[in-house]
This record gives sequence, structure tokens and C-alpha cells, in this order.
Amino acid sequence: MITFDRVSKRYESGHDALNQVTFDLADGEMAFMTGHSGAGKSTLLKLIMLMDRCTRGQVVVSGQNLTRIKRRQIPYYRRNIGLVFQDHQLLFDRTVFDNVALPLVIAGAQPRDIGRRVRAALDKVGLLKKEKLNPMALSGGEQQRVGIARAVVNKPALLLADEPTGNLDPKLSSEIMQLFEHFNQVGVTVLVATHDLSLIARLNHRILTLSKGRLINDGTRYG
Amino acid sequence: MMVRGMDSNRQSERRQAPRNQLPGHLERRRNDFRVRKAPQKIYQRVRGYLSNHRDVALLSLTRLLGTPAASLMTWSVIAIALALPAGLYVFLQNAQQLSSDWDRTAQISVYTSLGLAPEKSLALSKSLKTRPDIKEVQYISPEQALSEFRSLSGFGEALEYLSENPLPAVIVVYPQTTQGSVAATEVLLEDLRAMPEVDQAELDIKWVKRLYGLMALGQRAVMILGVVLSLAVLLVIGNTVRLAIESRRAEIVVVKLVGGTDGFVRRPFLYTGIWYGIGGGVLAWVMINLVLFWLYRPVAELVSSYSSGFTLAGLDLSATLILLCLSAALGWMGAWIAVGRHLSDIEPG
Ligand SMILES: Nc1ncnc2c1ncn2[C@@H]1O[C@H](COP(=O)(O)OP(=O)(O)OP(=O)(O)O)[C@@H](O)[C@H]1O
Ligand SMILES: [Mg+2]
Repeated sequence: MITFDRVSKRYESGHDALNQVTFDLADGEMAFMTGHSGAGKSTLLKLIMLMDRCTRGQVVVSGQNLTRIKRRQIPYYRRNIGLVFQDHQLLFDRTVFDNVALPLVIAGAQPRDIGRRVRAALDKVGLLKKEKLNPMALSGGEQQRVGIARAVVNKPALLLADEPTGNLDPKLSSEIMQLFEHFNQVGVTVLVATHDLSLIARLNHRILTLSKGRLINDGTRYG
Repeated sequence: MMVRGMDSNRQSERRQAPRNQLPGHLERRRNDFRVRKAPQKIYQRVRGYLSNHRDVALLSLTRLLGTPAASLMTWSVIAIALALPAGLYVFLQNAQQLSSDWDRTAQISVYTSLGLAPEKSLALSKSLKTRPDIKEVQYISPEQALSEFRSLSGFGEALEYLSENPLPAVIVVYPQTTQGSVAATEVLLEDLRAMPEVDQAELDIKWVKRLYGLMALGQRAVMILGVVLSLAVLLVIGNTVRLAIESRRAEIVVVKLVGGTDGFVRRPFLYTGIWYGIGGGVLAWVMINLVLFWLYRPVAELVSSYSSGFTLAGLDLSATLILLCLSAALGWMGAWIAVGRHLSDIEPG
């Protein structure tokens, strides 16, 4: 699903955020990405989202070489990927339902389908009863789950998360990770960047470890 | 027996665990990555497009109405800027109508040659009357002219000493004027001047010409004022939309990250601009009509002393439509300027 081939990213400041990173994430695989603050985790996800372009090497996602995707095509490309943020990035001027519906509205889905799919996604994260609320009225964990519902409502083949549990207590964090595992079990490829080593140590998934922009370890254990 | 038991076991498992199982449609995940619009039937695409436009238009309007004070302020500024040229236009239309009334009262004084025999000048007067471009003639004999002159000038006694009447016969010609036919009247004037019996013909039209000159100037002023104030409207709307874009920065980033095209991101702001424009146009229309209503009686009183058929005209249907379309277009353009300049600055990352 994702192939990084000697990918480097140098910011205009001259800082090398990624250095010769090479790895492969298979279709349907689930992996964690970890590393110290500033290691380049967010940068790597940004390259996949085409929020930025790599300066060397190439990134291939689902057979698409990202260097060949034109600016105009980026929105359509992004519709294939669900993205979960640390600070959930919900919009407080609309209800939970409308937040989750946003990707469908953007994709031009039929109103009937929108209602059905939004409710299915909210049901999955256990928030069906809160669809009419403003996200402001939800707890941090609930807000994060709304963010996840929004990320999966479009049936993406790939789910990316950047520190999705950064602001949550251990119990909520492990619930969130379980959600990701469920999506993975039905075939979604999942890549989660996180600091939470104790949490990912308990889950048996591949761990990519970055340090100073280099991929220093790739295995089922951290180190 | 055993088989049935296992079966029912499985079923109850399934029933108990909907939370852990993805709803059916989520399981059918998409394997292929699309970098183009999903293929859709044309009618579906058109319907989706229209319903999206309707939703976005309504949402933008709702947002404007959600901050009534701020919106009203912007609308008023736009309305004033639009009402000035539109009001001047209305004023000119009325002036034109009034002057075309006066135009009809234009008259030509034809002075016959001094030596012309009275019966000849009378015959001339009669033949002039048959011309199609002349509505009415009035014959003033030299005697009448002299007595008029005597009573008006105060030279009465001096005139007693004249051995003969120095004045020619005068024929006052009222041209058959249709609306605004200054040119036709001028042709008639030239004709009259060319006649051998005529010494001089004078059209009392200079002031009408001056008025027309003034009105042409006024039309230019409407144009210039219109262009300048339209620019002002563009800037006002552009700036307001820029602020709207700034305040929705977070939303724009999210929309772009979940796959919103530039067009999708742009649309609500373009509608915001259009609503600002239309609101300003409506308010300008109201302003103009209020002023007209307020002026109606004084103008009616003033004009009734001169001419009969004139009433103060407002913006007619087509002018109203033009005003509204123009204001909507200005709003749209102003929003485009802001969107073009500021939306591309906002990128996720
Ligand atoms: N837009 C940018 N311009 C310049 N340097 C940047 C930019 N974005 C990130 N960096 C630098 O690149 C390095 C990697 O940043 P990145 O955000 O990928 O780290 P991270 O692993 O996500 O860290 P954290 O765990 O704190 O989120 C950092 O040193 C950061 O300062
Ligand atoms: Mg980061």
C-alpha cells in the first residue's frame, strides 16, 4: 500500500526532517511509527497526504507515484485516505453529524447515503446518540472518536493517525487503538504515529522507529 | 441437535457483538486509489451539483444573517455606493422627460424681408402652415409688431416721428416636434432661412441645447461615478470576504485535508460575496425609492406650474433588475478577488 524508497525531506530552513527513509507497508497491514519529538513522524505522514513533497526519493501509495500527482488531483487523491489528528480538528460551528458528513458532502454523495453512512460510522465509534450535539459539548475522548468517524466515513483504504491519543488517558488511548485495530481487521491499512510506547508494546503490530529523520528500527518490537 | 445448538450459539454471538463488527458497508473498502472524480451519471452529477450550490448559498446567507449588525453595516456601505450613481441616473431620466416636454414648446421666429408686401407675407404664413413639420403658425403683421413694440419698449413717442413702419411681418412657427427632435427642428430652421422671402429665422432653442449638453455631461458623470463606486464596492466586498476567509482558516484546512477541491473551498465565499452584493443592491433600491417618495410632492407642486403630464419616475422594472444583477455581479467579482488572493495561502501543513 505504501512504499518509501530512499525518501529525504529537507525543509527550506536546511533542516533534514527525513533522511533516506525506505520501507514498505503492505496492503491491509497495521503499523505504528514512533520516535523522539522532532524525529520526522509528522513529516512522513505529510508526505503521504501530499501536504508536502519529498525532496529526494519517491513515495508510492497504492501504485500511485506521488511525484506524478498534479496539484489539481490532490483533493481526489486525499479522498482515499482517512486522517486522524492529535487535536481532532473538529469544526465547532456545526453538529457532530455535520462534522462526520463533511468528507461525504465534499465527495458529492447523495443525501440518503450521507445519513446512512454517517450513522454507521458514528455507531462504530459508539457515538450514535450524540449526532445532534456540538462537538464542543463532548469530552476529549469523544471528540477524538468523532474525528475517527470522520476519517473512516468515506471508506478509505488507508487510515493515517498522527498522535491520536496524545491528549487522552491510558484507558481512552487503548480504546482508540482498539478502534484502529478493528478497522485493520476489516482490511484497512493503518499507520499510527505515536509516542505512547507502553501502549504499542502491548499490541502486537509492526513498529517503525524514526530517529533524527532516519528509520533506525523496523520490527514488531520497539528498540 | 448439536449442530443446531452451535448454530444458535453463533447467531447470538453475532447479535451481541455488533459493536465489534463494522457495519456492512464499511467492510467493502476501496482498494483502488482514485485521483479523479468518481464516475457518475450526468443527471446525478448535475443534481448533486445543484443541490450543493443551493445548500452552500443558503448556508452563506444564514451566516450573514447570523451576524446581522455587521452584515447590515456592510450592506449599507455597498448600498450607499450603489445608490449614488443609480440615484443620479434616476434624476437624469426625470430631467430628460421634463426637457422633452419643454422641447415641444420650442418656437421659431421668422422675420420676413423688409420690403415684402403684406399679402405676400400672409401667403407665406399660410403656405408654411401646410408643411407637415409645422404644427402651428402665428402671423404678426408689421402694425401689430409695432404696437406691441410701442407698448413694451417705452419708445412710444419717438416712434411717432417715424414716417413708416420699420418692422417686418413676423411669422411665429411652432414645429411639429416629436420627442427630442432638436435635429429635425434644426433642418426646418435651415429650410426657412433659405427662403427668399425670409430675412431671418431664429430658433429659441439655445437653452434646450444647453440643457441637453448638461444632461450628456450628467450621463458621463453617472458613468464615471458608477465605475469609481463599483470599484469601491469591489474593494469593500473583497475586504469583507478576506476577513471571512481569515476567520474560517481552520475549516478551510480541514476541508482541504478531507479532499475538498479548490472549487468547493471557494464556493461559500463566492456566495457570501453575491449575498453582500444583492443585499446592497436591495438596500440601494430602497434608499432611492425613499428619497423619491420624499421628493414626490414638492416636485409635483413645482412642475405643475410649468407642464402638465410630468410625474416623478422611479426605477422601472428593467432598471431594478439591472441594479440587482449588477450588484450581485460586483459581489461575486469582489469575492473572486479576495478568494484568488487569499485562499491559496491557506494550505494544510
Ligand atoms: N514546515 C517546516 N519548516 C521547517 N522545519 C520543519 C517544518 N516542519 C517540521 N520541521 C522540522 O522537521 C523536524 C521533524 O518534524 P516533525 O513534525 O516531523 O517531527 P515529529 O516526529 O512529528 O515530532 P513530534 O513528535 O514532536 O510531533 C523537526 O525538527 C521540525 O522542527
Ligand atoms: Mg508530530
